[in-house]
Amino acid sequence: MDFKLKVWRQKNRDDKGHFEDYTAKGISEAASVLEMLDVVNRELVAAGKDPIAFDHDCREGICGSCGLVINGGVHGPFEHNTTCELRMRRFSDGDTIVLEPFRARPFPIIKDLVVDRSAFDRIMQAGGYVTVKTGQAPEANGIAVPKKIADEAMDAAQCVGCGACAATCPNGSAMLFVAAKVSQLALLPQGKAERKERALAMVAQMDKEGFGSCSNTYACEAKCPKGVSVTHIARLNREYLRAGFGSK
Amino acid sequence: MKLDPKVPTGPIEKRWSQHKFDMKLVNPANRRKYTVIIVGTGLAGSSAAASLAELGFNVESFSFHESPRRAHSIAAQGGINAAKNYVNDGDSVWRLFHDTVKGGDYRARESNVYRLAEVSGNIIDQCVAQGVPFAREYGGSLDTRSFGGAQLSRTFYARGQTGQQLLLGAYSALSRNIHNGGVTFHGRKEMVDLIVVDGRARGIVVRDLVTGELSTHLANAVILATGGYSNVFYLSTNALACNTSAIMKAWRKGAYLANPCYTQIHPTCIPVAGDYQSKLTLMSESLRNDGRVWVPKKKGDSRNPAQIPEEERDYYLERLYPSFGNLVPRDVASRRAKEICDKGLGVGKTGLSVYLDFADAINRNGEEWMAEKYGNLMDMYHEITDEDPYKQPMRIYPALHYTMGGLWVDYHLQSTIPGLFVAGEANFSDHGANRLGASALMQGLADGYFVLPYTVSDYLAGTKFEAVKADAPEVAGASKDAKAGIDKLMGVNGKTPADIFHRRLGHVMWEKVGMAREKKGLEEAIGEIKNIRKDFWKDLKVSGSPDDLNMEIERAARVADFIDLGELLATDALHREESCGGHFRVEHQTDEGETKRDDQNFAYAAAWQYSGEGQAPVLNKDELTFEYDIPSSRSYK
Ligand SMILES: Cc1cc2nc3c(=O)[nH]c(=O)nc-3n(C[C@H](O)[C@H](O)[C@H](O)COP(=O)(O)OP(=O)(O)OC[C@H]3O[C@@H](n4cnc5c(N)ncnc54)[C@H](O)[C@@H]3O)c2cc1C
Ligand code: FES
Repeated sequence: MDFKLKVWRQKNRDDKGHFEDYTAKGISEAASVLEMLDVVNRELVAAGKDPIAFDHDCREGICGSCGLVINGGVHGPFEHNTTCELRMRRFSDGDTIVLEPFRARPFPIIKDLVVDRSAFDRIMQAGGYVTVKTGQAPEANGIAVPKKIADEAMDAAQCVGCGACAATCPNGSAMLFVAAKVSQLALLPQGKAERKERALAMVAQMDKEGFGSCSNTYACEAKCPKGVSVTHIARLNREYLRAGFGSK
Repeated sequence: MKLDPKVPTGPIEKRWSQHKFDMKLVNPANRRKYTVIIVGTGLAGSSAAASLAELGFNVESFSFHESPRRAHSIAAQGGINAAKNYVNDGDSVWRLFHDTVKGGDYRARESNVYRLAEVSGNIIDQCVAQGVPFAREYGGSLDTRSFGGAQLSRTFYARGQTGQQLLLGAYSALSRNIHNGGVTFHGRKEMVDLIVVDGRARGIVVRDLVTGELSTHLANAVILATGGYSNVFYLSTNALACNTSAIMKAWRKGAYLANPCYTQIHPTCIPVAGDYQSKLTLMSESLRNDGRVWVPKKKGDSRNPAQIPEEERDYYLERLYPSFGNLVPRDVASRRAKEICDKGLGVGKTGLSVYLDFADAINRNGEEWMAEKYGNLMDMYHEITDEDPYKQPMRIYPALHYTMGGLWVDYHLQSTIPGLFVAGEANFSDHGANRLGASALMQGLADGYFVLPYTVSDYLAGTKFEAVKADAPEVAGASKDAKAGIDKLMGVNGKTPADIFHRRLGHVMWEKVGMAREKKGLEEAIGEIKNIRKDFWKDLKVSGSPDDLNMEIERAARVADFIDLGELLATDALHREESCGGHFRVEHQTDEGETKRDDQNFAYAAAWQYSGEGQAPVLNKDELTFEYDIPSSRSYK
């Protein structure tokens, strides 16, 4: 398959950035978008040109490193996949494909298609954990967790931290990301002791990082590679309210 | 140098607890004064960083990833072993110990393995307390499943994303300690050299991957938890950035590298489909619980698999190994798949795959049950191959997956350079010549949570440290060497991107140093690798600038180290005139095609010592003795 590409090139954080045109020729339909970029980059390098920078690692949808806006859609035009999982057979031969970085105020562009998502780490550091030191743990089967609860916690815990929710949200909100962690730990008995502090601290950090607020458009759920449900946002809101009342 | 594994004496079941008591402690008030550098934030690195920080040490954590959570551990699918015996099927520390020693084909150190089995239960406790959402039974207790090489159910799991959940647990502990100030995390920083002063590891040189800037960082001890080197084969199930550079830098500074030829080829991966592919995708071993492996009995039978009647199918694993069946260890299952395909019985367009069929399980329990257990794997397979595994059997083929070899360490997980500790897949310990499924996650977390906090403390308490100045010759020298290394890569200015050399290397490794190794092929491989090295340094092209985010510099530097490691791996494979676990020498097999060990001559870990650019490495032997698990021939019949 052959494609015409329009790719966002930006030298560094301060550069204004612009689109550049490339062609990708003889691409296998089973190749992923990133494997297509590998081909383009190999040619660029051989020609002595600066290759297109993009983040990636596992290439199987779990590490959360990759993330491009493809033809205007976060992780591409479809639902519930990461960029690395998107195969060229989903496009037509000869298509023009536009590739841009994730755009959200708290994710500054580092170079080309690479953005800085360390804001997510700082939100986790603010409270996305259970305080238990190594060696303090009681016998694992000591506390029963009903299967239904464990499954629901796992649904939330699947978040890969790619940032698609924030990049796709018209307000640039990271609510789905925060909600996934708050919800997972609020559901499990192990996380209950700190549920109040956790919800407050994580939301405060999210605001501090400059993420917008959630106005229930729910674009995030559709674009989440793991389909983390917006019902977790409802739980976060309850947790937050509960914590707020308790602390006043 | 005489290798001292520092294994304690006494009854094996008392060794670790006695040793913990014997080791020295650092007074809590003094711990802040010690700095420990930890490279890597996978399961081993994150758990070590969090645990050492909790003790009060000052921890500096480094990763070339943007976030600690992106480490390759995140991709582990199937599960983690622990001898909890929750299902009352006769499990115990002794049995896990035995399975691991036997699974490793009697090439691991008994004391280390026993300790691993001993702490395995605590790992599950720790993870559950962190909020890891393991799979549960209806009554609320933890669920388990079976993995290859074991006849019982001791594998804990979180759907098909166990590594993700365990890493997020360790990452949460790490994040908490970053928040508390005990750990400083340095993301997008790659270690490019080790600093050794007066024979001790005292720091590292790192390259900032965004600005290209080099900086030096000093410490009292350095822990490498930098993962495995499967990508020396180019195509593997590992994440693309996994590499061997940290290991090779330490090797060139004097740390020995043990058993590089012990590599694991995983039997159930999505087969190679074309040369556009950048990686191979694993289909977790857990699928072998409910999938049956088969090929048509007739060569070239191109019928739709559903149309092939039972009696015309060869369920060859069940036929050859009636007691373990589809759950034989990985090395055995992989070798048999290759053998079947070499005979021309393979399926698919390339003939290089066999069926993994879930029809029986789906008929028995329904598609929904299947989806609940393996949904993400089924979807992943469908997306990649465009074939629906609920409707037709998966096609699978072996691929490089894990490396048992790594930097040599003693019982303290300390390398031959004092003050340099190595954890997780980067070290060579525990798995011998073959790792059992679900035991890597166990080992990474055992090292980080339960071993290093004791042994590193002991080292710090027992060592008198001189202050190292930032401009000391060893420090400035390492930094200068690192700069020269990058200039050298940029300076070749040939025509060929690093990736092409990597591919060439991978091809040689897979064909001649892969599943079946032979003297002649290995010698050829060594010659070919030398040629690749020559061409690399003559014709490499790195474009872009060194003072910038430049993926090509990163890649070229890693490929240069892979080439050196590839040669060492082939050298090790050539010297080991026996077959054991994942190391299969065609010349050494039984009449039935199983591995044939030579315990008389090869019951040792081969620890290779660097002896200068272009010089042959020196072999040192760490002799293995078996007091509890007497080597027998490994039978899974
Ligand atoms: C697809 C797949 C599935 C698997 N499934 C299972 C399973 O079900 N059960 C099981 O037990 N095992 C499984 N394994 C094996 C297991 O996942 C790994 O062995 C284990 O996670 C390795 O952990 P680690 O902490 O040693 O290293 P990694 O997780 O690989 O982490 C390495 C770290 O080192 C850093 N690093 C490396 N070099 C440098 C450098 N030079 N400078 C700075 N940072 C550096 C990286 O950034 C990263 O943070 C699986 C492996 C694969 C590939
Ligand atoms: S590269 Fe890991 S999720 Fe896409």
